[in-house]
Amino acid sequence: MKILACISVVPDTTTKITFTENNTQFNTAGVQYILNPYDELAVTRGLEIAEANGGTLTIVHVGKADAEPVIRKALSMGANEAIRIDAEPTDAQYVAEEIAKIAGGYDLILTGRESIDYNGGAVCGLLGSVLGIPSINVVTRIDYANGKFSFDRDIDGGRETVSCAGPCVASAQKDLCEPRIPNMRGIMAARTKPLQVLAPQASANYADYTAYELPAAKSGVRLIDVSEAGKLIDILRNEAKVI
Amino acid sequence: MSVLVFAEISDGKFKKATYEAVSYGRQVADMLGSKVVAIAIGSGADSSVLGEYGAHVVKTIETSDSFTADAYAAAVNASANEVSASTVIISNTYTGKSLAPRLAQLMGASLATNVVSLPDTQNGFKVKRSVFSGKAFAFVNLQRDKKIIAITPNSFEIKSFGESATVETASGSLGTTGLSVEAVNKVTGKIPLTEAEVVVSGGRGMKGPENWHLIEDLASALGAATACSKPVSDMDWRPHSEHVGQTGITIKPNLYIAVGISGAIQHLAGVSSSKVIVAINKDPEAPFFKAADYGIVGDAFEVLPQLISAAKN
Repeated sequence: MKILACISVVPDTTTKITFTENNTQFNTAGVQYILNPYDELAVTRGLEIAEANGGTLTIVHVGKADAEPVIRKALSMGANEAIRIDAEPTDAQYVAEEIAKIAGGYDLILTGRESIDYNGGAVCGLLGSVLGIPSINVVTRIDYANGKFSFDRDIDGGRETVSCAGPCVASAQKDLCEPRIPNMRGIMAARTKPLQVLAPQASANYADYTAYELPAAKSGVRLIDVSEAGKLIDILRNEAKVI
Repeated sequence: MSVLVFAEISDGKFKKATYEAVSYGRQVADMLGSKVVAIAIGSGADSSVLGEYGAHVVKTIETSDSFTADAYAAAVNASANEVSASTVIISNTYTGKSLAPRLAQLMGASLATNVVSLPDTQNGFKVKRSVFSGKAFAFVNLQRDKKIIAITPNSFEIKSFGESATVETASGSLGTTGLSVEAVNKVTGKIPLTEAEVVVSGGRGMKGPENWHLIEDLASALGAATACSKPVSDMDWRPHSEHVGQTGITIKPNLYIAVGISGAIQHLAGVSSSKVIVAINKDPEAPFFKAADYGIVGDAFEVLPQLISAAKN
């Protein structure tokens, strides 16, 4: 069984987001980059399924060479090999088209539910559509038995169970598994695992990010004394008018 | 040319988010000088009501099949072709998020998700979307002739146009799917968190899952959904589906009440777009007070019973 896990590299969750160049560029100064937390789940579950079924897991990333430490991290978790498509990832549609060029021949393709920087959550569905295979968003369980993949996925107000024979693409949601922490042996092995760099092949951009904005700051909190906490409800009803 | 709106049906009814999408679609159509066509796939909903919220025409596909992204995308794409849609509006619910990218690929359209503004068509076609899990917004210019805009629930008003829509059967039908849907488990009667207008959320200050009845009682008195912080879902006090924050879900209710949550940057990311934020925490130094509109410095077990009794009045 061949499994492909698509990863993005994102600012650490504690990053204070700021912009430069008159709010047109993300300020990368001092930012720690990490493997996108949902992609970490995709890699982990992909490995577990590959290991249980005598398969392999390949990592793919669209980005420049500065992402390689994070790609090596995914290799140190146990992935067999990695592909880096050497292009600046401009938008989800561009990324999906690049990945689609190398994604033929895999039985299962995994992504994270969304990247925690641009939050598009689109690569899973886009890949499914380009490749003409089913896409299953926000999965909390993936199992493989009797030649079929079975998934639980979050839906509005609940959860559903779907299955398919594959190939298919699914996006990982929390609850899917506990992220695997690389051990020393994995870290050593990752140094010599194949990391192939491919030139980009796709297509023009779909979207152009022109500027950024930070949310308006709050004007300050109005404190209500704990002895008259019930007053808060009155304020919310009659002044803020939100209930 | 027309603006096509995906009118999502859940349990035989249109969702509130659908009305928001239809009203949004009408404003875009007025801007572009075109008509609004809604495509309603499913069964049980009274399609003519969409006229009230801005639709001129509603195309229907009657089916009892569960949603699958591939089959629905094919059907919506067929309708988009039929009505020469230049722009498609989808609400960014779980269903909408599954549908939008596949549809974008089929239509060769530019896609923007998590959109929180009407398009600016002065110079191209620019929309504002939330990024960095709510820590910032980005302005993005959609470059293809066709555009798909997936709007964040609770971001746009439902408008009344006092009109009625023409209801027609769509010429297309549901596409084939490569998936079998084996079971659907919906919690009925509960307000989905992403669409709730009021959310009551608990953190570690609640001390344990056995105290959650206080959160639930306040939520039910306010008609609110319940949520929790990351530590609470990590400790399995509450299901992960209730976890709001950077690695959980991002919400945008009118009112967010945070009880016993300190307000770490990752948590604030998921809730900072809420219109009004209330923080209740016994630590006066809790960062949440800096992000809140109203605050009570006090113990949750002292504050909540007072709020519950006031809310029931």
